[in-house]
Amino acid sequence: MLKRVHFRRSYLPYLLVLPQIAVTLVFFIWPAAQALYQSLLIEDAFGLSYEFVWFENFIALFRDGNYLHSFRITIVFSAAVTFSAMALGLCFATMADRVIRGSSVYKTLLVWPYAVAPALAGALWAFMFDPTLGIISGFLKTVGYDWDHRLDGTDAMMLIIVAATWKQISYNFLFFLAGLQAIPKSLTEAAAIDGAGPFKRFWTIIFPLLSPTTFFLMVVNVVYAFFETFGIVHAVTAGGPSRATSILVYKVYRDGFVGLDLGGSAAQSVILMAIVISLTVFQFRYIEKKVQY
Amino acid sequence: MRTRKTTLAAATAATTLLLASPALAQTEVQWWHAMGGSLGELLENITDGFNASQDDYAVNPVYKGEYNDTMTGAIAAFRAGEQPHIVQIYEVGTATMMSAEGAIRPVYEVMENSEIEFDPEAYLPAVTGYYTTTEGDMLSMPFNSSTPVVFYNKNAFEEAGLDPEQPPRTWPEVEEYSQALLDAGYECGFTSGWLSWVQLENFSALHNVPFVTGENGFAGTDIEARFNSDLHKKHIGKLAEWQENGIFSYGGRYSNSRPKFIAGECAMYMGSSASRAALNANVEDFEFGISMLPYWPEAEGAPQNSIIGGASLWVLEGHSDEEYEAVAAFFEYLSSPEVQAEWHQESGYLPITQAAYELTQEQGYYEENPGADISVEQMNLNEPTENSKGLRIGNFVQIRDIINEEFEAAFAGEKSASDALDDAAERANGEMEKFHRQNN
Repeated sequence: MLKRVHFRRSYLPYLLVLPQIAVTLVFFIWPAAQALYQSLLIEDAFGLSYEFVWFENFIALFRDGNYLHSFRITIVFSAAVTFSAMALGLCFATMADRVIRGSSVYKTLLVWPYAVAPALAGALWAFMFDPTLGIISGFLKTVGYDWDHRLDGTDAMMLIIVAATWKQISYNFLFFLAGLQAIPKSLTEAAAIDGAGPFKRFWTIIFPLLSPTTFFLMVVNVVYAFFETFGIVHAVTAGGPSRATSILVYKVYRDGFVGLDLGGSAAQSVILMAIVISLTVFQFRYIEKKVQY
Repeated sequence: MRTRKTTLAAATAATTLLLASPALAQTEVQWWHAMGGSLGELLENITDGFNASQDDYAVNPVYKGEYNDTMTGAIAAFRAGEQPHIVQIYEVGTATMMSAEGAIRPVYEVMENSEIEFDPEAYLPAVTGYYTTTEGDMLSMPFNSSTPVVFYNKNAFEEAGLDPEQPPRTWPEVEEYSQALLDAGYECGFTSGWLSWVQLENFSALHNVPFVTGENGFAGTDIEARFNSDLHKKHIGKLAEWQENGIFSYGGRYSNSRPKFIAGECAMYMGSSASRAALNANVEDFEFGISMLPYWPEAEGAPQNSIIGGASLWVLEGHSDEEYEAVAAFFEYLSSPEVQAEWHQESGYLPITQAAYELTQEQGYYEENPGADISVEQMNLNEPTENSKGLRIGNFVQIRDIINEEFEAAFAGEKSASDALDDAAERANGEMEKFHRQNN
């Protein structure tokens, strides 16, 4: 005989999660719904009149070959930024983990770039690579490479990848460092006694144990590359030359905030939102299975 | 999208509330502007001067960032019902502002409803024309206007055996001079800033050919591109050809190419007349002269006159009569010859009235600063025509981007100049059609 357990109905749990729900509704659901609604309208900047056009803004986007081009370069850009920012962050973290003398100075310096505003980071790199005045472009010229990111699309793409990566390395560095420090030293020591070299120790012990951190950073970095890089693009290339660096989020910013085409820009941000949601779902469904907690 | 906008509106609303608390029994007017740095200081000199000149009104200038931040900020504030009285809007925003009936109050109405005597004839037609209706009613008050001119390196000209007092007047002469400069060891002949504005918009005005249909957009929003004519194609084709042999060197959008001139790489720079102050401050190794934009001699009607760029002041709806009276009083002060002459001389922007131009002449400013009057002369070469009064195009920001993109494709050799201009026209037509729908 099983004893029946009665739970008394209580409103307390609901009350406790209410603030959380309120915050989510006000700051996430409401704006997202607004963007959805806006994407179905053709409206003038001042909001004096509007026309409900169903999916016309979306249809116009997909008919535009340039928008599909934006898609392709966004994939290249995001993959490159995510990979290099994480690889370098991990590389620096492994090295910083081994430093004993002056390690706090070393760590502090590595974290600094994170405090630089994206637009400013962009301006810094633009200065260094300026075809006329830049230090690095001057150096490249002496070794025989004619750098001109104002006319050469590949140069421009490399430049924004470098700038966006540089900005994100610090963040990855911090998390990887914390992850490394949480790995018990006894594990690596035991492996060392068994004769595993530093390279083997890293790939067979440390890297798998870091996988929760790596997975988390991957999600964060993809979102960063997709959403938070428009300041850098704006300062460095303004989407040019031609359309070589006009990534999706920059087009949203440009059309919405500068061009004041609210419907078209909202449609683009809805698409961007859908991409990031599906990417995140994909990551949690398939890649997370490889993570060892 | 919307989050940013809502927070922006809330933030602007908060600032307005803070600033609106009246300290005295004066009528206070908010002026949102986009003039940072030394230009911002000059602007505050004007408002300080106005506030000290009388006791009834006070103008409060608020710096809102770049042009597009200022415009977006003002629009968001309007949607939240917290708009300023006066806002500075760049010329590419003109069509958006003038289509916003119910949000803006045309300047001629503000002036007519006030007790101030307002004479539209006193203003320079080449400057105000950009901001008036086809009937001649002034919609916004021109504030900082400039026009493109050529800056040239006099020392380089001498080295290449060219007469530094005889700058090139036509495009074939530009080619010839540039070749001489290349032969003398210079890396490039000329470069240009603001490609769409200088090499396409002003090019059209100077050659008296339309940029878009419908009187360059003054007659309505149902318009189409005309900047892919044979003359335009020839010009851009030449630029692309010259890009290959060094006569021309593309240096990026906006005024990013200016360093090429300052560093002595290119001996000529085509850019805003308002660059003069910056060049004076930065050019150390050589002397530079100023001349008018070149033209193709075979084109009939060239040189016509050039058009302006810059920004004007718009008055927004939703305030009391008393406050509009204050706005009118301020505009009268702003237009006075002394204020305008000082602004013109210190900032390098064009004067907006004939009287200010004459006062500057009387003060001997142009003799002390040779070339400073080239911009005004070029604006006044001829009575403006339908093709050279100005441009009024919706979604102009996007269209300029499109033109820049297609230019870059042509200069990089990815497509022919002819294809680039046709593609630009087709894409621009899409933007103009969209604007037409948004506003009708």
